[in-house]
Amino acid sequence: MTSIAKPPVRHPSLGKNALGFTRRDYEGAMSTLCAGCGHDSVTAALIQAFWELDVPPHRAAKMSGIGCSSKTTAYFMKQSHGFNSVHGRMPSLTTGANAANRDLMYIGISGDGDSLSIGLGQFCHAIRRNVQMLYLLENNGVYGLTKGQFSASADVGSTSKKGEPNIQKPIDPALLALSLGATFVARSFSGDKAHLVPILKAGLKHNGFAFIDIISPCVSFNDHEGSTKSYKHTREHEVDLAPVDFVPLRREITAKQGPDAGVTSVTMHDGSILRFRKTAREYDPTDRGAAASHVRACSERGEVATGLLYVEEGGEEMHALNRTVAKPLVELPFEELCPGNARLQELMAEYR
Amino acid sequence: MSQVNDFAFKIATVNGTGSASANTLLMTSIFRMGIPVTGKNIFPSNIQGLPTWYEIRVSGDGWNARRAQIDLVVAMNPETYKKDIASVTAGGYLIYDSSWPLPADLVREDITILGVPCGKMCVEAFERDRDRVLLRNIVYAGAVAALLDIDMNVVDELLKETYGRKPKLLDANHTAVRLGYDYTRANLQCPLPIRLERLDKTKDCILIDGNTAFGLGAVFAGATVGGWYPITPSTAMMDAFANFCKKYRTTPDGEKNYIVIQAEDELAAAGIVIGANWAGARAFTSTSGPGISLMQEFIGLAYYAEIPSVFVNVQRTGPSTGMPTRTQQADLFSCAYASHGDTKHICLYPSDPKELFDMAPVAFDLAERFQTPVFVLSDLDIGMNDWMVPKFTWNDGYVPDRGNMLTADDVEKLGKWGRYQDTGGGIPSRTLPGSGGKGAYFTRGSGHNLNAAYTEDSAEYRAVVDRIALKFTTAAGEVPRAVIEKAPGGSDIGIIAIGSTNGAVREAIDRLAKQGVSCDYCRIRAFPFGADVVEFLESHEKVFVVEQNRDAQLRSMIGIETGTPFSKMISVLDYGGLPLVPRVVVDAVVAQMAGVQQ
Repeated sequence: MTSIAKPPVRHPSLGKNALGFTRRDYEGAMSTLCAGCGHDSVTAALIQAFWELDVPPHRAAKMSGIGCSSKTTAYFMKQSHGFNSVHGRMPSLTTGANAANRDLMYIGISGDGDSLSIGLGQFCHAIRRNVQMLYLLENNGVYGLTKGQFSASADVGSTSKKGEPNIQKPIDPALLALSLGATFVARSFSGDKAHLVPILKAGLKHNGFAFIDIISPCVSFNDHEGSTKSYKHTREHEVDLAPVDFVPLRREITAKQGPDAGVTSVTMHDGSILRFRKTAREYDPTDRGAAASHVRACSERGEVATGLLYVEEGGEEMHALNRTVAKPLVELPFEELCPGNARLQELMAEYR
Repeated sequence: MSQVNDFAFKIATVNGTGSASANTLLMTSIFRMGIPVTGKNIFPSNIQGLPTWYEIRVSGDGWNARRAQIDLVVAMNPETYKKDIASVTAGGYLIYDSSWPLPADLVREDITILGVPCGKMCVEAFERDRDRVLLRNIVYAGAVAALLDIDMNVVDELLKETYGRKPKLLDANHTAVRLGYDYTRANLQCPLPIRLERLDKTKDCILIDGNTAFGLGAVFAGATVGGWYPITPSTAMMDAFANFCKKYRTTPDGEKNYIVIQAEDELAAAGIVIGANWAGARAFTSTSGPGISLMQEFIGLAYYAEIPSVFVNVQRTGPSTGMPTRTQQADLFSCAYASHGDTKHICLYPSDPKELFDMAPVAFDLAERFQTPVFVLSDLDIGMNDWMVPKFTWNDGYVPDRGNMLTADDVEKLGKWGRYQDTGGGIPSRTLPGSGGKGAYFTRGSGHNLNAAYTEDSAEYRAVVDRIALKFTTAAGEVPRAVIEKAPGGSDIGIIAIGSTNGAVREAIDRLAKQGVSCDYCRIRAFPFGADVVEFLESHEKVFVVEQNRDAQLRSMIGIETGTPFSKMISVLDYGGLPLVPRVVVDAVVAQMAGVQQ
């Protein structure tokens, strides 16, 4: 949203991806978020992920609602169309855009206020429709732009900057997504780029609605002692259930990346391979029920379960469910859409 | 008193008992006899059990308004006997089900009461309870056919078309219609003085409702995405769109060239429509007043971020839930000025299903040309009732007006491009997501300048909203013009109306002329008001503004937008929820003229 143009400085030594783009080509306007904001780290991870996946920037569409998180769509991939819309309504807008043009890569960026309060219904129904998109929830437990009210993801007992504890039970978006049937559910931490980037890449390649809850601390209103969404608290209580390694389709799997004992692989829609290591012995991110109870158990112990929480390939996204033609609807010529007067006249006979 | 091909009759039944097929059978039979006919369904917001009425007007002269006088009532619902008997015009007729006696205190001396034992005959003829209930309707249809002299060959033909594939049903319906017909012929004097005679006035016409008409129009106009939430009285519109798409837009492999998304609420429906249009599809929603209320926020976004979108509002009665199964024209403000901040929207006011069909491509063209929301204001009367209108035709030379839409190459050639720069008439140019090159821009509902960059600068803000206002002024010259009908020699008195009241207003003008009061007529078809509307207002001393709402919304809009003095505009308001009858207009004009003469 608020944005300052960045000077177009070129560094000749910067690496190029398969399209000949450097990471700078995936950048956007200068962020106007607070220095140290977790959201900026997410933006950096996104730039890395898109660059590594060789996504042509103009083939992506960046969608958001309102809030600090929603501003970040302006801070990466300036060559993509972006849409900063209304509070809590990004999912329906993305549903419509995807309905019209299924060939674009949709990335929706939201926050805990945008998704879990005003936009809770839209969030849930985008999952039900299984809209093909990557949905990021930059979760800091607080309303930043209105100066520090608790959000619906704030834990009971977590204190505000003024020291008041939150008394209402939180909504865990990952558990919600699991119960609604989302086929890709992950949680990560903005303070750990190495952890986040592979999850983002896997989410972008997922066939269907991919949801990532990203704990992304608010340095201005929720990074103090007593907050359960601070950098310190998250680092101390993070339990990585299934860290991810993402192998794109075209990259050869070298011996170094080869199979090893604790690693499980899932082949994704386009042939890419998603590999994850199960750190908790009993954890299985392909078992929805078990995943949900494990994540809930972690939460009850005050732990933040991260990693790939659940994945299911082979599901049918919105267009597959609808049986829409493969070609994006926006590319169908008018002649194919309009039945013409002869058929209209045939039809008119039925109304006599 | 003989009234050949000029009368109205009403059928009173219980909702959910299958009377719709009998009523359609009667109306279609009359239509097939070449006689102009109109049907108005006056039904409750209920699935089963409450009273419901169906009014059929026959007019050899082709008048299609609802009629105040009911010459014949078919009273099949004892619960409403009192009201129904009272509603028969003096000298008229009442048919009741004489299986049970009519309460003596309800008998009127000034009407003819005719008994047909529909229920009893059904019990004798049919075994199953359900058949006895459903076919009782067909029995009264047979009785009405005998009394009005409906051609039984036409009735038989219609039954065959409807039930041809289900021989048992066809047989039962045939038996039922004959029971009513034969009993009536044998026991009552047939036909009545109100009766039918074949004409040849309907061969180029169809019977169709407005919801079906727009659903079909949207298919022809090239809409590919429908986002909606079910709401009376608009629901059948998206169903029609989906059904016509299924018929015309399914590939041989069974794949769909369209997508209809039933959203979780109207907010999401609006979001889907705006998102799809932003991505380059023609998308629309069908809704009613409460839905428009819920969409206000998104409408403001589409207005300010300049995204085409089409909203069809099938208006119903009242604020809040109101009376969902009654008609009104009371969302004029809520559409024309929808959303917070300075907003104004293009609105279209169709008068019948034919015009609704014709306005479908117009709505999408205007939305894309002006990159803005366009509202099509239908109402329950147009949307859900069957109207006799000329057959629809489609111009195969039609090319969608996609507006000022640039490709990556176009932007490259321009060198410098700004999304919200004026390209003439206040209209900017747009690119679609995925187009690439230098055409990428950031769409936002927050303050932005002519180049789509965020701004909080007063001058930059004003530059954008002033250009949007200019765009609206330009639209006044490009929206459908008013339909103006002048009295022979012209008149100082004008009548202005919109939408579904057209038939009643035209008939009122005809009656007034016969009483020596000539009036010119201006039917406004769009907002912003064009120069033709302003000229009409200026050239008449006194203008009656006929509309179906309490607060004279149209009159207010005319006053605000054109500066016409309110003192010269006299309101004729009708807002009880039923289609307008001509008498309301005649009485209002006559009363006003009498007052003036005093």
